[in-house]
Formats: sequence, structure tokens, C-alpha cells
Amino acid sequence: MTAYILRRIIYAMPILLGVNILTFVLFFVVNSPDDMARMNLGMKRVTPAAVENWKHERGYDLPLLFNESATGTGRITETIFFQKSLKLFRFDFGSSDSGRDIGYDISQRMWPSLAIAVPVLLVGLLLNITFALLIAFFRATYIDFWGVVLCVILMSISGLFYIIGGQYLVSKLLHLVPISGYDTGLGSVKFLILPVIIGVIGGIGAGTRWYRTLFLEEINKDYVRTARAKGLSETVVLFRHVLKNAMIPILTGVVVVLPLLFMGSLITESFFGIPGLGSYTIDAINSQDFAIVRSMVFLGSVLYILGLLLTDISYTLVDPRVRLS
Amino acid sequence: MISQLVILWTDGLVFLLLLVVILFGIYASRKAHLRGPWRQVARSRVGVGTLVVLSFYLVVALLDSFHYHPILDKAGQEEGATATQSVEVISLFDGLVEGLRERQEKTYSAPLATRLYAKENIELPDGRVVRDFPRLAYGGAHLADPETEWLPDILKLSAVGIVKGLVVSLAVANLLIILLAMRSRRSFGAQGRAVLRGATEIPWKVAFLTLAFMLVLVFWSAELAAKYHLLGTDKVGEDVYYQALKSIRTGLLIGTLTTLVMLPAAILLGIMAGYFRGWVDDVIQYSYTTLNSIPGVLLIAAAILMLQIYMSNHEFDSLVERADLRLLILVIILGVTSWTGLCRLLRGETLKLREMDYVQAATAFGVSNLKIITRHILPNVLHIVLIAVILDFSGLVLAEAVLSYVNIGVDPTMNSWGNMINSARLEMAREPIVWWSLAAAMIFMFSLVLAANLFSDVVRDAFDPRLRGSR
Repeated sequence: MTAYILRRIIYAMPILLGVNILTFVLFFVVNSPDDMARMNLGMKRVTPAAVENWKHERGYDLPLLFNESATGTGRITETIFFQKSLKLFRFDFGSSDSGRDIGYDISQRMWPSLAIAVPVLLVGLLLNITFALLIAFFRATYIDFWGVVLCVILMSISGLFYIIGGQYLVSKLLHLVPISGYDTGLGSVKFLILPVIIGVIGGIGAGTRWYRTLFLEEINKDYVRTARAKGLSETVVLFRHVLKNAMIPILTGVVVVLPLLFMGSLITESFFGIPGLGSYTIDAINSQDFAIVRSMVFLGSVLYILGLLLTDISYTLVDPRVRLS
Repeated sequence: MISQLVILWTDGLVFLLLLVVILFGIYASRKAHLRGPWRQVARSRVGVGTLVVLSFYLVVALLDSFHYHPILDKAGQEEGATATQSVEVISLFDGLVEGLRERQEKTYSAPLATRLYAKENIELPDGRVVRDFPRLAYGGAHLADPETEWLPDILKLSAVGIVKGLVVSLAVANLLIILLAMRSRRSFGAQGRAVLRGATEIPWKVAFLTLAFMLVLVFWSAELAAKYHLLGTDKVGEDVYYQALKSIRTGLLIGTLTTLVMLPAAILLGIMAGYFRGWVDDVIQYSYTTLNSIPGVLLIAAAILMLQIYMSNHEFDSLVERADLRLLILVIILGVTSWTGLCRLLRGETLKLREMDYVQAATAFGVSNLKIITRHILPNVLHIVLIAVILDFSGLVLAEAVLSYVNIGVDPTMNSWGNMINSARLEMAREPIVWWSLAAAMIFMFSLVLAANLFSDVVRDAFDPRLRGSR
């Protein structure tokens, strides 16, 4: 097991390197740091000195790949690629274009993100499975038909609408919770309730429909027919046999997104003013802070690969037929 | 009238896409394994109904994809002077609904309103100044006394519109029944009764009902929109109904062109990885895993940020071209982030197919790899491509709204549902609340996505035999 995990981590390295090179090309080769400086300093009338100064402050004045003016290993290390891209492997994110420590910001901002993402995931999972089981229980009836239709309708509504509508109804008309904001400790609950509810509702359509297909796939299998032939009641068949076996794809589907929960939700967080990583990213995009966007791209890739690894491991835990090799 | 055609990048791609669809249609009609499922789609009531709805969206989008420089009004010019061309670029659709585009109010006004949303100082004929809601420049301007005439006028216009819509849809239905009757060599009456009873193979009754509904809607809205602002006006007084209609092109383009752009790469690489295996497979798998591991939103954000830098350092002929370039890049980036799923599916299917006896036999006969792929592999994975393309559509339309909200979507000057919703965010905080921009965007987007979702379900059930049993 340990050997397997180690090997997977080693395999992940080239992928992360690829991500690194890709972002490097995107951020430094497609547009030169000069362009970035001019963009950040304001368009037209920028003195070359100001551009140089901006670049120097942020360490963008180094050569891209090879520094001829340096000596020894400095020829490789004193470059943008080494300083800005390779250092990410040590999770050394450096400082943002506005001068803040990105690593510190991330460690502070991941908790509010998790405070929304984890409840949304858990409550959503519970509700979706319940509804899907209910629909599967009444399969091929009108309840099933209209249930699926309702799911498709819910899926077809833009997530933005749930947020705007929910904010308007609950916060503005009914004054139940504040429209947006965040607090530390228990005080945060009143800020978190609405985003969590909206997050759950937004995911119900797609989730329920997907789990329904998983359940129906299991229901048509032989072991279910055997269980029924034994004289077990439909409820027992559904909960003991179908649910248990359908949990394998459901669980692995959940595990793969677990690490990405840290990244938070861009839209929800920015609408509700929650200082998580999602709104951090959006702020960075809007203020064109390239250093933060670059760090988030790397972090996101690491978490994604971690998710894949966890999925493979969880397969072996829930499904004894799968062996790692 | 049309002077100089302007073919934007995305216009060109739209026509290319149209060509591909037509060619594929011809190809599919000749192959039994593709024709069968489409027959099943045509037999499904949901499939036919949604197809009618989707085709209305499609017509608007296509009309909106012919761009040209309009000729400036000749009136007032000297005799014999050559007509000058306007620098602005408009589309055929703009030309058709010219009134909607040009009738600008001062600022917000509610749907079908005759007065402005905000109070202003109005100078009365006798010189006094009162603070009241001023009349709109265009909305309901033909009414002498809006307070009493408004409702009867709305009802009258609605009735006229609905009757017109019904007449046209009846005419279309009759024409189609005549054609059907001629084809099946039945009398008109017999064919008509069969349609009404729903006894035809293709559910024409559903098709006609949907068509009638849509046509009534079109004529009703056209009648009202000619005299009023059907869905109100926005902050700068632009007609919201016009904006929502213009957004159709943006939404459809993002939904379709994205897949068109990614399709060649996904098909080529997916089949190559599965067919050649070995190092080719390794390289391709590595590249899509790498791309896939970057969260899509962030990759799009990074690319759009870079594009913004590029745009700030370059000049463009017109706003439309600038917006068009951004749309094109967005479509390409969305394609880059979404081709991996299809590529992986194709690789898996090809791995399975290449072990099939007929492929083995072809290899044994010394048929070249290229020929095996085009003859034996490609036709057998086409249904996967088709399902993926149709399934992706609605998700992409929804994604556009979210991306535009984050400012990494289409250009802010471009009409799109995302931009409409984005501006609605501040409007919701006003008192009284300005809800019509948001509502218009939501209604248009919802009906498109719902139709697309239902349609894609029908198509998937038709093509995926594994799911056919469970329904």
C-alpha cells in the first residue's frame, strides 16, 4: 500500500511539472512581464522606469529560463521559471503582486471555504440519496416520472438564480439572515445558513438524477432478483442490497471532490461576501493579481491529483474485488 | 440594402458548424446504425417538442450571425451622392428588429410601462415644473392618455398578435399535412384525422401544438414590442427584450462552437491513443491528465487575463470585432478544458474496438492503419461523439452565465445572459426593485437549457442501448 502510494506520488510529479510549465508559458511567454506591468500600472502613459520598478519589486525582471549574468547554479535559480514556478513545488507561493504573503492568506482563507463546502456536501449527499431512493422505490410510476421531470427543471435553472433569488427572498423580504458577510466562531452560523441551503438546493436536481440512475442500474442486477425471490420486502432489498452496492460509485464520486473542497466555491463566496479561497480567487482575477491566480492553479492541480489518488485508495477499501498493483 | 458583408470569426465558425451538421445529417441518413436512433428521437413526443423549441432559438442565432455594415440613411443627402456606409456592424437580425434596437429610453422602465422608472423634473406647457414620472419616448407613445387607454390597448394588441400567430401556425400545419398526405398517398382529411388522433409515426400533433405555441408567442411579443418595451428597459434605456434576443446567439455559440473547436483534437487524439497504444497512448494520456488537473475556471481565468493584456496593447477596428475575438478565445479555452472527457471515452472505446474480429481481420489483410481507423473505428465511435456534444450543450450555456459574472466570460459590451444577470445584481438592491433584466435572462436561458436537457435525454436514450431497458 505504502509502495503504491509512493509510486503514485512520483507519477504525479511529471503532471505537476506539466501544469507548471503550462502556467509559466501562459503567464510569462504569451505576454511579457512588461505587458503585465503596463496593464497593472494603467494603460498609456507609463514611463519605462516605472515598468522596471514594478517588475523589480515583484521579481519579474529576471530572465525567463537562463540567467547569463549570474554565476554557478545562479544561472538556473536566478530566473523567473525557477523563482516563480518551481518554488511552488515546495508550496512556497511567494508574495502576491500587491505584496501580501500568499501562503499565509491561503491558510487563513481555507477555513471559511470549508465551513460552506463541507456542510453543502454532507447535507446534499444525504438529501440526494434520500430522494433518489424514494424515486427508485416508486420506479416506473407517475412519482418517478414527475420526480425526474422536476430534477431536469431544477438542473436547468442557473445557479446564479438560486443565489440571487434566495438572497432576495430570505434576506431582503423576510429579513431572516444577513445578506452577506462573515464572522468568526459561532457568530458565523447566521452567515453560513443561507449559502449552505442554496448550495444544497442548487445541486439537488443533478445529484438526485445521477444517483437514481446508479440505483436503477443496481436494481436490474441478478442479486436483487435473488433477494426478492427469497421473499425479502422491497424496503429491505432497497436499503440492504441496492443502497450498499450503489454506495461504491457514490462514495468514490465524493472522494474525488474532497480535496477540492478547500478551493471553495467562486460564485457563492463572492455573492455572500465570505472570505474564503473562492472569493480570494475572484478578487485576484478582478484585480489582475497574476501571482495569486498562478498559485491557485497549482494548488488546484495538486488537490485534483490528490483526489484521484484518494479515489483509487477508497476503491480498495469499499470494494474488496479491486486490488492495487 | 445590404452593402458589405462582414464575416466575423465566430460567424465563419457558425457556418462551418452548419455545414458539418448538414454533412453529418446526409451521412447519418445513409447508415442504418445512425438512422435508427434518430428515428427513435423523431418518434418521441418530448424529442419532437423540444426540437421545435430549439429550432426557434437556432433561427434567431443564425439570423444574428450575418453581419454587415448598414448603409446610412440616404434621406437628406444630395441627389446622386453615393451612399455612405456606417462604421458600425449590425446583423441581419438587427435589421429585422430595427425598431427594438433604436428605440432607446433615458433609463430604466418597467415591462410594458408608459412612464419612466425614476421621477424627473418635467416642465409643463405653462412653465411650471413638477416632479413626476415622465412619459417614455417610445413605450406607449401612441397613447394620448395612458392611464385609461393602456389596458384596452394592451389587450387589443395581444388579441391581434395571438390571432395572427394562430392563423400562421394553422397555415403551416395545413401545408405540412398536405405534404404528408401527398407522401403517404392519403386524402387530406384522412391525414389530418390521423395527426389529430396522434396515430402518425412521428408525433406531428405535438410538433404542431409546440409550433403553434411558439408562433403565437412570437407574434404576440412582436405586436407588443412594436409599441411598448415588452420586457422593460435597462439602465441606459436599451430594450431588455432586444438584449435577451441578442443573447441567444452568444449562448448558442458557446454551447455549440466549444464542442466544434474541441472535436477534431478529441477525436484524433482519443482514437490514436486507443489504437496505437504504447508511447503514443502515454503521451496523449499525460497531456490530457495535465490539462484536466487544472481546475477549469482557473485555466479560463488565466487565459482571459492574458487575453485582456493582449487586447489592451492592440487596437481593434470596432467594438464588435473586439468582442468577437474574446468570444472566440473563450470558446477555444472552454474547448481546451472540456475535450479531455470525450478524449478519454473515445480512447476506451477504441481500445475495445481494436480487439474486435473485423478489425483484427483487416489488420491481417494488411489494410493500412489510416484506412482501418476511418473505415472501422471512426464510424463506430460516432455515436459517443454525438451524445457527448449534445450532453455538453446545456452545461456550457449555464457556464457562460457564471463566467460572465466573474468577468472572465464574454466581453462586457456583448449581449449575453451572463452580462444581464451580472448587471441585475445591483438592480436588485434598488427600491423599487428592478427585476425585469434578471427575469428576462432567466426565462430565455431556462427555456433553452430545459429544452436542451430534455432533448439530450431523448438522444442519449436512443443511442445508448444500455440505458434503454431501465426507462
